[in-house]
Amino acid sequence: MAELNIRERQAGDITVLDMDGRITIGEGSVALRSAIRRLLEEGKKNILLNLAGVGYIDSSGIGELVSSYTAINKEGGQLKLLSLTEKLRDLLTITKLLTVFDAYDAEADALSNFK
Amino acid sequence: MRPASMLHVRLPLAIFSSSPERNSPVREAVPFVTEQTTRLVLPSHIEAVADAAAAATGFVQSCGLGEEIAFGIDMAVREAVTNAIVHGNQEDEAKKVEVTFNCLEHALEIEVKDQGEGFDPAAVPDPTDPANILKTSGRGIFLMRTFMDEVDWLARPEGGTKVRLVKKF
Repeated sequence: MAELNIRERQAGDITVLDMDGRITIGEGSVALRSAIRRLLEEGKKNILLNLAGVGYIDSSGIGELVSSYTAINKEGGQLKLLSLTEKLRDLLTITKLLTVFDAYDAEADALSNFK
Repeated sequence: MRPASMLHVRLPLAIFSSSPERNSPVREAVPFVTEQTTRLVLPSHIEAVADAAAAATGFVQSCGLGEEIAFGIDMAVREAVTNAIVHGNQEDEAKKVEVTFNCLEHALEIEVKDQGEGFDPAAVPDPTDPANILKTSGRGIFLMRTFMDEVDWLARPEGGTKVRLVKKF
């Protein structure tokens, strides 16, 4: 089984990636990077990462989230996070990245806050 | 709780070692395991990080420690071994990373040794500083310090760096 499974769906012009697994150095980080790169190549710049199924992330995975955020912003798009697990929220809090990322508990709230 | 004997059963699956004259990793070594100490020798490739973490989880359980401590130790071991492989040994598979777990009376002590050129942890900037917040790397040491009670680095006389992680309980 892959370290990180990513399923893609559309909600209007917003692409939702439902993620399940771990975002860690190696396979998990590469899977996220590849998915974001492909979406940007397809012109899909508004992306919501549903992290409900991600129970673990390491510094490489955190770096990949930051890299995704800056790459999407550079293309004039937006990245938002949905349904952080408790551990993920703790990690993004102590690294102060919750001050950078837009994170939501409800998908409807997240979708309505894309400009 | 996983009984200690399970550790003895599953650890060999997580151990890598290479004979000195070969460059490719070979799953052949049997770990040195006592009641309180486990030693792993890992090849310098990224896949070995997960093996070190799996061994750490098993060892934490064998020491009778709970899930919260296990999470932090898993995280710290992953980061220390990643640093040893990527920054220390530069993913040179001729070089090894050695991880030793010691279950002491009131603490778990972990040592991670590499064969790299050494580095100065003080030279790594604070990743939570606003100037660094959008950097894509440089959070490993911060996370190790967050989850462990003591983290220190020693230059090894024979070359390389030894990171010592301590979690008290």
